Amino acid sequence: MEAHLVDWSRAQFALTAIYHWLFVPLTLGLGFIIAFMETIYVKTGDEFWKKTTKFWMGLFAINFAIGVATGLIMEFEFGTNWANYSWFVGDIFGAPLAIEGLLAFFMESTFFAVMFFGWDKVSKKFHLLSTWLVAIGSNLSALWILVANGWMQYPVGVKFNPDTVRNEMNNFWDVILSPVAITKFLHTISSGYIMASLFVVGVSAWFLLKKRETKFAKKSMIVGATFGLITSIFILLTGDESAHQVALKQPVKLAAMEGLYEGKEKAGITGIGILNPKKNLNNDEESYLFEINAPYALSFLAFHDIDSFVPGLKDLVYGNEKYGIESVKSKMLKGKIAIDALKEYKEAKKSGDMVSQLTSKSILEKNMKYFGYGHLKKPEDVVPPVAITFYSFHTMVALGTWFFLLFVLILFFSIKREISKYKLLLIFSIVSIPLGYIASEAGWIVAEVGRQPWAIQNLMPVGIAVTDISSTSVQATFFLFAVLFTLLLVAEIKIMLKQISLGFEGGH
Amino acid sequence: MFENLTLLQLQQYWWIIISLLGGLFAFIMFVQGGQTLLGRLSKGDETLKTMLINSLGRKWELGFTTLVLFGGALFAAFPLFYSTSFGGAYWVWMAILFCFIIQAVSYEFRKKANNFLGQKVYELFLFINGSVGVILLGIAIATFFSGSSFSVDTNNFSHWHGSYRGLEAASNIFNLSLGFALFFLVRISGALYFINNIDNETIKQRAIRSIKIDMLFFLFFFLIFLYLLLSKSGFAYDNNGLVYYQEYKYLYNFVEMPIVLGMFLIGLLMVIIAVFMTIHFNKTCCIKTAGVGIVLTVMALFLNVGLNGTSYYPSFYDIQSSLTIQNSSGSHYTLTTMSYVSLIVPFVLAYITYAWYQMDKVKITKDEMENSHTHKY
Repeated sequence: MEAHLVDWSRAQFALTAIYHWLFVPLTLGLGFIIAFMETIYVKTGDEFWKKTTKFWMGLFAINFAIGVATGLIMEFEFGTNWANYSWFVGDIFGAPLAIEGLLAFFMESTFFAVMFFGWDKVSKKFHLLSTWLVAIGSNLSALWILVANGWMQYPVGVKFNPDTVRNEMNNFWDVILSPVAITKFLHTISSGYIMASLFVVGVSAWFLLKKRETKFAKKSMIVGATFGLITSIFILLTGDESAHQVALKQPVKLAAMEGLYEGKEKAGITGIGILNPKKNLNNDEESYLFEINAPYALSFLAFHDIDSFVPGLKDLVYGNEKYGIESVKSKMLKGKIAIDALKEYKEAKKSGDMVSQLTSKSILEKNMKYFGYGHLKKPEDVVPPVAITFYSFHTMVALGTWFFLLFVLILFFSIKREISKYKLLLIFSIVSIPLGYIASEAGWIVAEVGRQPWAIQNLMPVGIAVTDISSTSVQATFFLFAVLFTLLLVAEIKIMLKQISLGFEGGH
Repeated sequence: MFENLTLLQLQQYWWIIISLLGGLFAFIMFVQGGQTLLGRLSKGDETLKTMLINSLGRKWELGFTTLVLFGGALFAAFPLFYSTSFGGAYWVWMAILFCFIIQAVSYEFRKKANNFLGQKVYELFLFINGSVGVILLGIAIATFFSGSSFSVDTNNFSHWHGSYRGLEAASNIFNLSLGFALFFLVRISGALYFINNIDNETIKQRAIRSIKIDMLFFLFFFLIFLYLLLSKSGFAYDNNGLVYYQEYKYLYNFVEMPIVLGMFLIGLLMVIIAVFMTIHFNKTCCIKTAGVGIVLTVMALFLNVGLNGTSYYPSFYDIQSSLTIQNSSGSHYTLTTMSYVSLIVPFVLAYITYAWYQMDKVKITKDEMENSHTHKY
């Protein structure tokens, strides 16, 4: 496949994923916030909470529609742009997608209609149940798609079948209970909850600054900040486990996240740093132009042991005998052996030579875990873009810390003081809405850019996964999507802002 | 339970599920059909248009969801089709996706203040989704019978051999006839849905007039499709998987699978009865009869093309690359696992029906659109 085609296909998928992820986090979190508010309404019968619920629900709907639209594209892009991938892993990857549609998406969309149009048509309790089911449905939807994504990062529960030339599922539970998938799910949904909390807090802060709807804004702020604080603590735990899983299953990604070229024992973590752009795998330049390092932290984060050795990019690419790390060159050789064995297997099968068939199958099985390496051109190909991964990771962590602090401050001043007097804090709250989106997108960039060049970790590089199509076609659809999504995004932002400015009574 | 089934039985089970989903999707596309009738039924009256859009808007997600599930189920059960068709007929599928993206936002954004593109643009989006989207879907589905130009290599990676990447299917009369037949069918079901869901005499009378015209067009295109289908050679395969042309294959399939033929005829008859009862006896509940009819008819067509030793996605570039339910399916383990998941389908259908029933107990009225403070499109 032409490199140009691979790059455009990657760009198109990245574009779709980034746009899709602009809308999903808010849906994931706001669904629960609305459900909490409606629960208060049903429990107390206080009309104020009904109006509050309806206000946030109106914003939820605007966001939901465009999230659904971009999600549809993503599902079909696996086939349109990554056809070879679709066959290679369809036996496993298709299942979570189908289950998502059946178990989660139907629940979400069926009860979405009741949630919005059923206020005067169904009982209060059935309506409340519908609101909860929409929230649960959207989160279940995330579960299944993240199970599928987790499998791409850490392929388990499968066996390669040389007759069909694909990976076939042999343990469904291994797939859905994979530690990578579970951690990814928990970390991702909690980031969505934080995003939604920031949204509620920020919008409420705007009302307070404008001295409008103050009761509504203060109450909403407390709900949002409480939810945000709880999930901020939770995301710390899932983030820690996530980094641990990356260290175990995708060490190259971890090294890129930290800009770590030389492996170290008692490795420190870079709190703030600027990478040296001149640094590469084959020179002795310093890794950083500037760095503030927390000693031992990376060793602890990666392996929960402050003395542990964290391999750097050089160790992982060129090997490190002392720590038993195999070089990529050696893996590439084994990968080529696997690919050749597969060819021999097919030829032997065609000619009916059973002995050769068994021999080549045995060689293939022995080397299968390196299969993807056989397609690489040079060892350095396994290194993802370091700078993007590094800065995305540090942006995510820094902003996550800020959000935790913000929720603490908001809750403190809401409960102990008159929060509307603290204008700077209110301004910070508003500014934190876009920061939330940046953090959330940065998280995805770490996860997805950090695993390049693999479509399926160690098994299939993106160059093999791509559809055999002209790059012009992909370029054309890239720009069409870019224009369409941008138009829709602009429309959403303008509508959202207007709906917010209409306020508590006029927002629906 | 499912573990004891053979791989072929599982493949057949899954083809039946895919066929059912195809049928349900065709039924749910009354939303798309309704979207193309907005102008004709409202004739510029904003209140009537609001009633029509709100009636459809409470159902649009179901169509979207069915499309997602249809895609997901094909991916899981028949991954080689997924990779071949979506990757190959790239432009057709991309065009269909575009038509669906613009639908998703239109209901919610159309009437909102500061909506940037303007109300008319979103209404145009709805029309494009209901017309171009549906016709293209019909064309794409027709290629299940007429075939496409692709080959599959020894790694089961597919390669397309037409420079128009699927758009060439739109130049085939057979494919077009199904595309247009589907377009007029969904308009009929859209009109039947409005008659059932909206309490307004003007809309009802206009919908009936619309059905009369659309039924004629539907029958015209559908009979062309049917004639071409039943008189054409099909792509059969033997026990060794060898694909060959067989004259009147699809006609024989109906004869050799009388249950499928029965489903097809009963389905068609139900659609005709539904239309007749609506036009002549002013009935308002015929969307149900027509709905079951559409599901049965479309399901029967899918069963015809996938079962009885027929290649459901033929290649006219390399006939041996043609896809059958046997050479394109997931493994025994995956199909078994998915089969257990499929047992949830009746529960999903049950809660959809219940929620639908709860929401539609009271029909949409002018008063509700003008005076209610609930969420509106």
